[in-house]
Order: sequence, then structure tokens, then C-alpha cells
Amino acid sequence: MDLNLNPQETEFRDELRAWLQNNVPLDWETHRLRDSMEGRFQFLRAWQKRVFEAGWAGVAWPKEYGGRGASLMEQVIFTQEMAAAGAPPLANILGLALIGPTIITYGTQAQKKRYLANILSGDEIWCQGFSEPNAGSDLAGLRTEALLDGDHFIVNGQKVWNSYGWAADWCALVTRSDPASEKHKGLTYLLVDMKSPGVEVRPLRQLTGESEFTELFFRDVHVPAENVLGAVGDGWNVALGILAHERATLGVSAQIAMRRQLDRLVELSREMWRNGRRALEDPLVRQKLAQAYVENEILRLNQMRAVSRIIQTGAPGPEGSILKIGWSEANQRFQATAQEILGPYAQLTGESDLAIDNGAWSYSYLRARGNTIEAGTSEIQRNIIGQHVLGLPKSY
Amino acid sequence: MPEVRRLMETETAFDQALWSKFAQQGWTGIIFPEQYDGFGLGMVEMAAALEEMGRALVPGPFISTVLLAGTLLDHAGTDEQKRKYLGAICRGEARSTLALLEHSASWDLDAVQLEATSLPNGGFKLNGEKLFVSDAAVADFLLVAVRIEGELAVLMVPGDAPELEKTATPGMDLTRRLYRISFANVIASAENLLCRGKLARQALEAALDVACLGAVAEMVGGIQSLVDMTIAYAKTRKQFGRPIGAFQAVQHQCADMLVVLEGSRSALYYAAWALSENDPAAGRAISVAKAYVSEAYREAGNKSIQVQGGMGFTWENDAHLHYRRAKASEIAFGDAAYHRERIAKSLFDREPLRNEVSVAAD
Repeated sequence: MDLNLNPQETEFRDELRAWLQNNVPLDWETHRLRDSMEGRFQFLRAWQKRVFEAGWAGVAWPKEYGGRGASLMEQVIFTQEMAAAGAPPLANILGLALIGPTIITYGTQAQKKRYLANILSGDEIWCQGFSEPNAGSDLAGLRTEALLDGDHFIVNGQKVWNSYGWAADWCALVTRSDPASEKHKGLTYLLVDMKSPGVEVRPLRQLTGESEFTELFFRDVHVPAENVLGAVGDGWNVALGILAHERATLGVSAQIAMRRQLDRLVELSREMWRNGRRALEDPLVRQKLAQAYVENEILRLNQMRAVSRIIQTGAPGPEGSILKIGWSEANQRFQATAQEILGPYAQLTGESDLAIDNGAWSYSYLRARGNTIEAGTSEIQRNIIGQHVLGLPKSY
Repeated sequence: MPEVRRLMETETAFDQALWSKFAQQGWTGIIFPEQYDGFGLGMVEMAAALEEMGRALVPGPFISTVLLAGTLLDHAGTDEQKRKYLGAICRGEARSTLALLEHSASWDLDAVQLEATSLPNGGFKLNGEKLFVSDAAVADFLLVAVRIEGELAVLMVPGDAPELEKTATPGMDLTRRLYRISFANVIASAENLLCRGKLARQALEAALDVACLGAVAEMVGGIQSLVDMTIAYAKTRKQFGRPIGAFQAVQHQCADMLVVLEGSRSALYYAAWALSENDPAAGRAISVAKAYVSEAYREAGNKSIQVQGGMGFTWENDAHLHYRRAKASEIAFGDAAYHRERIAKSLFDREPLRNEVSVAAD
């Protein structure tokens, strides 16, 4: 593959870089430390509005829907530049990255007109309803039902692990519309107004202390029939399209975030004392930091090869599972390394004035525990590799 | 594989007929200029070729001769020396190797201590020992790293010099032999000084980088071979009424082998590309690859034998041939810890970069 950018890609990168240089709020992470989760979200929404008005929201979307029609390489560049500039994330990330493109692919003209512009601007925030208490790794076992009654569906069920469920105006919900069906058949993808009567949002407190995620309860919720995305009964294919799309740039921002933390850890190691000398002079510390660098490089290079393959073949392959195992497990090892190097200070949280970087390290250590579980567990990823890449018999 | 096993049982693991075939295909001159009868290909092509050789576990002095000695000559030789010695290598007429390590067994150039005493007629006298010299028994000439009045230098010594004693030091890897070389008043003439001082350091570093990259490529091929044989076994070996590959404990080990294979391949081809572009970070990229692949090949060998169970533990099974090669390759040109320290020096031991601060009104 050619690792050099072509003139168009270079121009794209330079233009974005210049805009970010002039617009990323200085030291925003420090300023927003004392925010509540809701307060921080409003800040990110305002940031998205700014990004949108400058024409940089939804770069991958076709121009006719308000995007830039960015190539895959340009999408990668976008993610890299945003991360390198330390820019705040975009509030409506699920809408921009997953649901919006799905509406573009499967939506009717009316749906595209109704929903897309508000996704880009962040005026309507989206969440997804996939997992259920009894359908996690075995997603096809989902039971939330949508029964057609004249011109609307009646939805009953429960979803769990919804990112941004507490902030969302709309929900992309996978339901079972054929009660007699099993597994992948008889599923329908519905667009649900979160303000509909019968929708209950409950925060899901995670082990880090806050509630990024929610549980959603649907009790006789009425959803207009025209809110079906794709065809009735075709929900599984729509859902799979989302997952495949996600894997194209999966891990790009994770790798960069990890690299930024590693660079910071190196700088901290210059100052900290360990076994009677500066940590960065301790051979064990040097070995562990270098190993973290090695693993981070492997992530970066694997990502480049995966992107290259998609550019050449047009389709993401099961290598997405290799990438997912890669970044999630490497991050967990890195967080363990960071804890070791930072010593007793590493355990202190943001409430302590002695904490390093306002408790960022104790937080990222705890948060990393979820990496091998979310977005498909490591066990499921290995099953996928075993079955779909290596051709071994199904193990269940 | 039968050919590999046959060569393993020989004294030197070298086969002239095989070597001639390599020469005919141009492999013995793969990365060297055409004016010296080389094939003129780049590092990426070299990596692809070595990957195939590693997959087949080709025994013998290819890396020592072509990548190590060849690169050293290419960097440091006069035009005359290149036409004579590098040309001979490229045409498949000569084998060679580098004698670098001593008792300290360190790959660091600073660890070279073997003294070459200057003689009045401009020549040099060598007394001492070199260890872990790869394929020395079949070397027509040896390149020896020495100190001349404390300065790093490389001397060329004929392989059949009478004062030079080669003793085999058998190791786990039967496909490539290691030797102790004893020098008892070995005389090298003035024109057999290849380089000294700064040029010697640069040339040795370049040769070690290229040989290291080639070794990594071989290792990647070896991991592929292990993955192939392990999957084949997991699909056909039946226990409890089904192929053992249907059991997750087995399936997940196979998946882990694929994960390290793909990471290894990414690291290898990036390093090869960086070296071919003379990227200033190429040395670091090679160290990343060597550190990662050293452990990947070893662990792939471990898992392959484990998945193949009792059969994996037999002499007849090929997994241990790779397991042995993996250990020797892990050590050659610096192990993972050596390369991690090299990365640390390159990345950490400098002034911290100024942060790219984005300035904007909040």
C-alpha cells in the first residue's frame, strides 16, 4: 500500500488542521473537569454545532446530504487530525457515524429529509437499542417486540447498554416484529421518538462511578409504521451493515488516544522517582514503555493495512475482529503498565489534590476494564476469527 | 520439509545444489546493484522472498552470506573489493558470514573487544575468539569485527586460513549452525581491511539492520507455516465426536496465533518500506518488528505444539523445527529486550517535544 497521501488528501488534511488550530478550545479538558455529565454533553453539543457550521460534521456523508463525500482515507485522516489536535469529540457520534449512514443507505426520501440535517447539526441526538438483558453476545436472541396495529407498531420490551440514552431525542431500535420468528429472522429496525409515551430511561451506573449508558423500557410505545428503516423483517441485515461500517475505522481513535496517554506517561516518567532514580532511567520502566510503544505501533500499522484492504476490495473483512482484540487488550495492558509506573499516586482519583492529571489515570484504568466487553467481547471476536477467518467448526 | 530434515542431519546444513538454484534465480544478489551482478531489488521484495524461505524453513547460510556479509561489503567495500567479493556472493560463488559476538554475547558494537594488532607492513595480527558465528564452516571468507587501536574495524579473513579454528557449538536450531572461531596469530593483509572508525560503525549498523529485517521476514513466514499446520490439525483431529477445532479453548488459541501473525506482518512490511525509503525512523521500525515478532514466533510455536497435543511433542512433527528456529531467531540480531531498549533510547532520550497547542478563544 502507498503510505503517502495524494494531493487531494493532503489538501483535505491541511485545511482541517488549520481550522482545528484556530478553533479547538484551549485546555478544554481542564476547564470542563468539574462539569456534570450533562453539562459536559451540552458543551460537546455546542462544539458539534461549531464543527457543523464550518462544514466538518459528517465528512463521510455524501455531499447531497450535507457531508463532504470523504474517501475512506480522508475519514481516517479526519479521525487522526481531530485526535491529534486534542479536539473534543462530537456529541452526536452515534448519529453521525452509524445511524445517519444507515438512513442514507436504507431510508426513504422522507426519512432522509426528516432526520439527516438534524443529526449533522446535533439538534437531534441519537442512541441505539440493540442489547437486552438476555441478549448480549447472543444478540439474535432479542425479544423486544413490535406488533403492527393498523398504521403503527406497538413496542414492548427492554434494552440495555445504550450509550447516550439519557441525552437522546431519538432511538434506532432493533425489534422482533414477527413473534413467531427466531434468531435473525423477523427483526425490524424502528426509529423511535424518545419523547413517546411509554418510554422510560434509566441510568446504568458503571463501575467507574458515572452512567455513560442507560436501560430503556418500552411499555406499549406507539411508533408510526413509516418509521421502519429498511424493510419489515430485514432488521438483521440493517443492523449488520451498521456493525460492518463501524469496523472500518474502529480503533483509529483508540490507538491515537492510547498514544497520547503513552507520550504523557513518558513525560511523567522523566519527573517521577522510582527505586532511587528517575523512573525513565529505570530499565524496567524503559522496557515497559517501549513495549507499550511497540503494541501501539502494531495497532496503528494493522489499522493502515485494514484501511488499505477496504480501499482495494471495497468491503471490510473479519480483520475488524483482529483490530478490536488489538486495541482493547493492548489498552488494558497499557493501563496496567501506567499504574505500575506511576506507583501509589496512580490510585488517586480526581477528588484528591495529590492525584496525577486530575485523576485521569485512575479513571482510564477502571474504564479500560470495559474495553474487552463492549462492542463485542474478546471471546466473541475470537469465535469470529476461528469460524469466519480460519474456517474452524462453529463452537456453539 | 523432507529436504529440510535431510539437511538438518548433515554437518553444515548447507547444500550446494540448492545454493546454485538460488543463484540462478538471482536471490543471492537480491538487493545488490546490477553492476556487481546483483538483482537490484528493494527491501520490500527482499522481505517477501525471505518470508517464503522462512515458511519453508530453508536451512543454511543465506542471511549470513547475502544480508549480513553482502550488506557490509556493499556499504564499506571499495569498487575493487565489491567486484571481487560482493560479486562472488551475488553470483552464488562464495559464502560468507560476520564474526561479531564475543564472550559477553552482546549485539552491541561497543562490546567488540577483539584486538587486531597493527603490523609494520600495514597488515594486522589477530588473536582471540569469536562466538556464535553463523554458518562459519561453509564461509569462503569471514568478515570479523575487531578493534584497531581501540577503533572499531572490519577485517576480511579467508575461511581456510590455517591459524583459524572453527569449532561447532551445536544449538537448538539444527537448520543453521553456530561456531566458535579461534584466531591464533591469524594475519590479515592491509588490503583485507574493509573499513574502520565511523565507516565501520555505519556499515555494521546497516548490515545488522538489513539482516535483522531479513530474519524478521523469515520468522513471519515461519508463523504462517505454524498457523497452517495447526489449523489443518484442528480441523481433522477428532475427539469427543468432533474436530478439536470446535472447542473454544482450542479455537481461541488458533485465533491468537492469527492475531500475532497479522501484527507481525504489518510490522515487517512497514519496517521494510521505511528502510527502502531511507526513513530516519527505519531503525526504530525494525526494532519494533524484531521485538514483536521475536515473541510472536515463539508463542506461535508454543501454541502450535499445545494444540497438536501428543503428536505435537513428537520428533516427526514439524512444529518443533519452527520452535527451535524461533528461539535462535529470537536471539539473533538482538532479542526483544535489546530492541525495546533501542526503542527507548531513540524515543525517550531526547528533549521532550513541545506540545502542539491549539490556540482558540473559549
